[in-house]
Amino acid sequence: MNRIIKIILLDILKNKIVLGYTLILAILSWSSFALEDNSAKGLLTILNVILFTVPLVSILFATIYLYNSSEFIELLLSQPVKRQKIWLSLFIGLASSMVFSFLIGAGIPLLINSPDSIGFMMIIVGCLVSVIFVALAFLSSILTRDKAKGIGIAIMIWLYFALLFDGMVLFLLFQFADYPIETAMVGITALSPIDLARIQILLHLDVSAMMGYTGAIFKDFFGTALGLTVSFLLLCLWAIIPFFISLRKFNRKDL
Amino acid sequence: MRIIFLAYFLTLSVLCQAKTILVGKNHPLKSIKAAIAQSSDGDTIVVQSGTYKEGRILINKQITLIGKHFPILDGENKSEVISINADNVVVKGFKIQNSGHAALEDPCGIRVYDKSNVTVENNILDNNFFGIYIQNGKNCIIKNNTIKAYGKEEQLIGNGIHCWKSENLQIIANKISGHRDGIYFEFVTNSVIWRNISSNNIRYGLHFMFSNDDSYITNVFKNNGAGVAVMFTKNVKMFNNYFEENWGDSAYGLLLKEIADSYIFNNRFSKNTSGIYMEGTSRIKVEKNVFESNGWGMKIQASCMENEIVNNNYLKNTFDISTNGSLVLNTFNSNYWDKYEGYDLDKNGIGDVPYHPLSLFAVLTETNPSAMLLYRSFMITLLDKSEKVLPSITPDNFIDNSPLMKSLPL
Repeated sequence: MNRIIKIILLDILKNKIVLGYTLILAILSWSSFALEDNSAKGLLTILNVILFTVPLVSILFATIYLYNSSEFIELLLSQPVKRQKIWLSLFIGLASSMVFSFLIGAGIPLLINSPDSIGFMMIIVGCLVSVIFVALAFLSSILTRDKAKGIGIAIMIWLYFALLFDGMVLFLLFQFADYPIETAMVGITALSPIDLARIQILLHLDVSAMMGYTGAIFKDFFGTALGLTVSFLLLCLWAIIPFFISLRKFNRKDL
Repeated sequence: MRIIFLAYFLTLSVLCQAKTILVGKNHPLKSIKAAIAQSSDGDTIVVQSGTYKEGRILINKQITLIGKHFPILDGENKSEVISINADNVVVKGFKIQNSGHAALEDPCGIRVYDKSNVTVENNILDNNFFGIYIQNGKNCIIKNNTIKAYGKEEQLIGNGIHCWKSENLQIIANKISGHRDGIYFEFVTNSVIWRNISSNNIRYGLHFMFSNDDSYITNVFKNNGAGVAVMFTKNVKMFNNYFEENWGDSAYGLLLKEIADSYIFNNRFSKNTSGIYMEGTSRIKVEKNVFESNGWGMKIQASCMENEIVNNNYLKNTFDISTNGSLVLNTFNSNYWDKYEGYDLDKNGIGDVPYHPLSLFAVLTETNPSAMLLYRSFMITLLDKSEKVLPSITPDNFIDNSPLMKSLPL
């Protein structure tokens, strides 16, 4: 298994796209921190990177990589290796390369410019988001054999979580404004990994505003040790469940 | 001329008669009450260190009461500790503790009853119901006192420095914590509050009601239940104060309600849920203040008019400004907004495009506070951007016509 992971990591490294991604993240983060004398704008830029760029690159790159390495996977399957091992090492290889490039590109400037709770929270959340969207990529690529369709599904998933979901939540908020829906809203956020990630960062970044009335409700849940653990568990589930569905499908699939 | 000389010699003779009475373990007089009984106007009573449990000490002569090495005056949770019922009294250098707790009588550490020229200086007040209470006083000075209490609930504790229907007071360099309101002013005029630190009080750090023509300068109000409230007042000057870390739903750095003709200059509002909350205020000038890391820099309700907001710095606030209506009767000019994205082609330091400080999302959260959950989501950022270009929900005359490109050195 370690050998397969090594081969995949080397292959990704040769690919140079991940290196480019790392470089772009680094340029973005360093320049946005250097632009202003206070770290607020840099943090905001990285927040947008985490909520927008990281999911997009993770899901698209992983999906396309999986389709392109279908021949390699078939070759591996002819060897006496368990299917589960192949799929898992593919996942570990892809996820760890995305996490490493996030850590090097955005993590280092974060640690240097904002070595506080906000910085650490952003690094952890950014890594989790990378892993989650790689897992979603595995799901979308196993759903169909058609490459164009698979990539299409990946883009749809990303669009849904990055844009559509928030639009729907906003719509719901205003439709049910007359009802006490604050606690229900906390539950609804669990349905989107990007929202979970965003709220965790928000509680550190906009702590003064979050102490207001409704903010306090969210803080009472997400800000406590229990809420923190629950939302991190949920984020982990967002990575584990899609991957396991894809693993089951891969095990039974006739390739 | 003769009369002046006569007056001069008369006071001189009075001064010469003034004697010093010593109280303490090693002196014939062991009790402060006895010393007061023996004294006459103009005398000085010096109290040695030790604990004095004498119940309510009533000062009804014009004397100076000085404690050496902070003698402890203990009310034993039963009574008021010092009651001052004479003019020109000085109380200095005591540790006054454990006054009674009673809602009807309001027992205090030190209370002044309808008198003038009283000075209360360098005392430590610990665990009293009210700290220092000035009732209908004139020209009194409260200086360098440390006032501490351990209140848990608003109803069960009094105020640190409570002033009612007084004038010409000077409240200087006191440290107040753990009371209901740190400093409370009701019907107090022509007074100054200077260099005090009011922190961790249950309700307000400073509470102003119906108190005109006062100023408060260089005070620190930190971590109080609801910040500072100035209500139903006019001609108040607020200079160089720090309003910090007043967190909570109805917590404000500074709450202004029904106040007029006042001047807010060079204050720093940082890490409050709302920096300033204005309701029904008019003709106020807010100049050269710093609003930093607040949830809302300023909340200006539509009931405010003719206020001028000039030359302030807005830095790192979640929302710079928010309001609850579309009526704009206030002016914003030459402020620095860190969220400003305009340009300055002629390089005169003033942005060429007017700035809309009111974001769409600030208006949305005002009508529907739960929307806060979506803050900083990409969707919201997108909506905000388009609203800035084409205002439809936010009032389009809510603008700063000459936003600064660089922050003011404040």
